[in-house]
Amino acid sequence: MPGLGPRNRAWQYRAVPLWVYVVAAAGALFILVPLLGMVAKVNWAQFVPLITSESSLDALLLSLKTAAASTALCIVFGVPLALVLARAQFAGQRILRALILLPLVVPPVVGGLALLYTFGREGLLGKSLTVLGIDVAFSTTAVVMAQAFVALPFLVLSLEGTLRTAGQKYEAVAATLGARPSTVLRRITIPLVLPGLVSGAVLSFARSLGEFGATLTFAGSLQGVTRTLPLEIYLQRETDPDAAVALSFLLIAVAVVVVALTYRTPRLPRPAADAVPETAAA
Amino acid sequence: MTLELSATIGDRNLEVSLTVGPQETVAVMGPNGAGKSSVVQVLAGLLRPDAGHATLGGRPLFRMGNPGLWLPPHTRGIGLLAQDPLLFPHLSVLENVAFGPRSQGRSRSEAAAAARHWLSEVDAVELASRKPGQLSGGQAQRVALARALATDPELLLLDEPMAALDINSAPFLRSLLKRVLAGRRAVIVTHHVLDALMLADRIIVMDGGRIVEEGPTAAVLSHPRSPFAASLAGLNVLTGSLSGAGVQTPDAGLVAGRLTGGLAADAEGDRPADVAARSDAVSASAPAPSGSAGSSPAKGGPEGMAAFPPSAVSVFLAPPQGSPRNCFPVTVSELEPHGDHIRVRAGRLAADISPAATAELQLTPGSRVFFVVKAAEVDIYPA
Repeated sequence: MPGLGPRNRAWQYRAVPLWVYVVAAAGALFILVPLLGMVAKVNWAQFVPLITSESSLDALLLSLKTAAASTALCIVFGVPLALVLARAQFAGQRILRALILLPLVVPPVVGGLALLYTFGREGLLGKSLTVLGIDVAFSTTAVVMAQAFVALPFLVLSLEGTLRTAGQKYEAVAATLGARPSTVLRRITIPLVLPGLVSGAVLSFARSLGEFGATLTFAGSLQGVTRTLPLEIYLQRETDPDAAVALSFLLIAVAVVVVALTYRTPRLPRPAADAVPETAAA
Repeated sequence: MTLELSATIGDRNLEVSLTVGPQETVAVMGPNGAGKSSVVQVLAGLLRPDAGHATLGGRPLFRMGNPGLWLPPHTRGIGLLAQDPLLFPHLSVLENVAFGPRSQGRSRSEAAAAARHWLSEVDAVELASRKPGQLSGGQAQRVALARALATDPELLLLDEPMAALDINSAPFLRSLLKRVLAGRRAVIVTHHVLDALMLADRIIVMDGGRIVEEGPTAAVLSHPRSPFAASLAGLNVLTGSLSGAGVQTPDAGLVAGRLTGGLAADAEGDRPADVAARSDAVSASAPAPSGSAGSSPAKGGPEGMAAFPPSAVSVFLAPPQGSPRNCFPVTVSELEPHGDHIRVRAGRLAADISPAATAELQLTPGSRVFFVVKAAEVDIYPA
């Protein structure tokens, strides 16, 4: 019978031509060398004072707060979006997916303008909001919205992919066991796609942390209110290059930690289908 | 209090209607693509038919059309055990089995108690704290069975539950199923005649999206009417019109045998009829006539079948003289090992002979030989 007995070991031969390694190494260096170049520029003697100046701390704190809030927003809206895109079938589904992924390819400045003309004082919804006494543009809320706007597709894309491969058979079996759709979602679907959800959330957080164009356009650059770390770096670049480099290093360090955490995410447990042979388990 | 199903699915060419009694286990069998799994999915509520309706114990499950009705799977009370155990990989064995009772609204402790009970029913209590990834295929399928039973379903659907198991685990699960299916309504899709023999009260044979034959297991296997049932029973079956103590077949002439079944009463059953060797050739290399249960009777008379086991067939290079036998000139199409015999296939007829005889006759695909079977070995029965 197929699929039983010891599992086939992969063959050792790998058909990768030598020149591919050379080009791949060049590509890797293209990413790594500029990072080294910046690290080499860091003024280590002044590093701690530079990143703990009042404006730097304000920017860092604001970035962490807004990125966290934006990630939460992405989860709240991204999980249902990914579920609908992966599981439901309706007319216009492909168009909806394309439109939702648009912020991935649209320049962030354009995204910021779109937000401004929607939620700004004179915008499509902004006028009604102003009547209600809510003014969104150029506030910390605007920062969070700008970040969520550009980061949402990362979570949706990552989660939708996981949902598609997680397989609906578990959900069908759960339903035959009497579980209502909400129960299936809570006890089966979400736990099964948790690795995808976590990596999507981490990607969204990282993208939010680095957001610059949309934030500047929609939220401006007010210290402690809307000036996040990337904006602070851009501002310091002219006046205090050492501070800009130190803060850039900080952002890179945060990004490295975030990426490292994502790749440490445990994989989905193996389904029972390819479990150990009877003798080994007994 | 029966299960009644009638369903049509256009793009799967499925059109079935069946009933299952309250304590009955029905085996649904048939070649790949016959629509067996579609029937299971429609019953479970995972696949919508284009038309049809179903009731389970007087409760409507679905009614297509206007006004329509469609109970979602979680309200049907129908359990499903598939080929793949599909244990939830993030839950322990105990949590897997307790999932159903929990979803039915029972308390955590009640659900755990029920889970322990059903795990002990399938001899898997000691696995309770394991994760599904730590189980063998056979263990996982036992746990999946416990999980399906823990909701006490009104109908249990088993879709090839043993197809993915190795030859050591399957017999254990089969005897386990025999125990737990007793007094329970179940539909089991299977390819193995042993499953039908051990587990089912009745067999439904499907082919091409239709039910081509159904009846009590013993009756279907002793007097198969469809080509698939004949292959299940391991019998050669020829169809034609009843004629005396034989069947007049369109391609193999008159096949003589003993009348059995409903005919034995009004004919002298056990006396072998005399038949001379014929020259009509069985079109050996041609496939069986399509939908052969319904192949048209040759010359009037009610439709009948002639069935005989391959072991009763002898193979000769020249037609034997002067004995009361059926003799079919055929062309060998395949040779394959079959137990300690060689199965010689010639079209839809098969003969089991010893390897020595095969060598002596120098049989190869393409050899022209005569299949000879005594009339006393041939069962004749109405279609």
